[in-house]
Amino acid sequence: MNLLVIFIGAALINNFVLQQFLGICPFVGVSKKVDSAFSMGMATTFVMVISAMATWLIYNLILVPFELQILQYVAFILVIASLVQFVEMFIKKVSKPLYDALGIFLPLITTNCAILGLALTAVLKEYNFMETLIYGIGAGIGFTMALVIMAGIREELELVDVPKSFQGAAITMIVAGSLALAFMGFAGII
Amino acid sequence: MDIQSILIAAGSMGGLGLLFAVILAIANKKLHVEEDPRVTEIMGVIPGANCGGCGYPGCSAFADAVVKGNAPVNGCPVGGADVAALVAKIMGVEVSVTEKEVAQCQCQGGMEEIAYQGEYQGAQSCIAATLVSGGKKLCEFGCLGLGDCAAACKFGAIVISENRLPVVDPEKCVACGECVDVCPRDLMELHPLSHRTKVLCKNHDIGRYATKVCTKSCIACGACERKCPFDAIHVIDNLATIDYEKCKHCGLCATVCPTKAIEHIKKPRKPKPTPSPIEEVDK
Repeated sequence: MNLLVIFIGAALINNFVLQQFLGICPFVGVSKKVDSAFSMGMATTFVMVISAMATWLIYNLILVPFELQILQYVAFILVIASLVQFVEMFIKKVSKPLYDALGIFLPLITTNCAILGLALTAVLKEYNFMETLIYGIGAGIGFTMALVIMAGIREELELVDVPKSFQGAAITMIVAGSLALAFMGFAGII
Repeated sequence: MDIQSILIAAGSMGGLGLLFAVILAIANKKLHVEEDPRVTEIMGVIPGANCGGCGYPGCSAFADAVVKGNAPVNGCPVGGADVAALVAKIMGVEVSVTEKEVAQCQCQGGMEEIAYQGEYQGAQSCIAATLVSGGKKLCEFGCLGLGDCAAACKFGAIVISENRLPVVDPEKCVACGECVDVCPRDLMELHPLSHRTKVLCKNHDIGRYATKVCTKSCIACGACERKCPFDAIHVIDNLATIDYEKCKHCGLCATVCPTKAIEHIKKPRKPKPTPSPIEEVDK
């Protein structure tokens, strides 16, 4: 039950993009097509889950025994950067078109604050390994969901006659804001 | 703070880094992707300045596009004809030699020539000065001389002279077009070296006013238009404009221009054209 609460909490109620405003860069950058938004979400989810586990292990097995908690930022960024590098190689090997579609945003997962935010919050909330894992999956699913919803809306927007002064970035911001408002409705379901 | 805790910190972080490095090194071997070797070869011959002059977001993107056939082999303006020939050789095609272009400021209104409307002490940037009623110079078409073009040039080809005008070093200029984009008054233009006659003024004011703002402005007198034997120069909207399709670069217009707004360079800068690199490739 506790795990379910953590999962829903991370995915919906405290959605990393729409409620905590972390990882806005890919949220705006890679949300033009549902396909690439979903792939980006999956890549980020993968990095999130693996990095959540790796950072938990490093924090509890290395940093805590040596009393080096102060170095958590350095250690976590090290883990995340290496993982992103790995994911980049993997995607390039498995699917070149996807690699091209994600473009610069793939290496930019490194600087996606949602991932570092996830690792740091998991430490802050003193989750155990299982809880951290679920928290990571929830956060990843929530991130993917936000990206896909945004991409879906923006695909529809292509067909709409947007007033000239609202075209481009302006209407995207309005959509993002409305989405964040809508997600506030999830507050209090647990 | 004792030395031991520093060692532990350094050791554990270093160890982690090493561990990830090893994992990534193995992954790099296992997940190695066979790329078209031509991409790497093209990357080897193009300048690699990532200036974006070709319209692609970097040299590797350009190399990719060339191999896929989306970009022309001579698409790199920085490399010029030499690089185009090398890229063409890698791709196994021929390329028509494009003439080297050089940027030039189309204004001669320096500190000595121009009239002033006041003092400008704001940010030393042309774009900033444009926002404040156009800086200190009275001419609203002329060079502001604050050096946005020189700052934009990634190749150090533009220096601002004593007279507060940009001077382009034709040897260093690679015609990437950065200065053309950045100039708020659209004064920087790319011209092939063969364009030896140029109207170095952009002032569209009527003659009476144009003489007041600058001593080297085009006053739309029409002397050049009457003198030109080839019907190549016309005063359009109070400014002499050369039609390079017709211009034979005889220089007559420059001799009659009362304000010396027309520049004419007598001989080509390179008297003997260097042998085309394509011929070398064919050998």
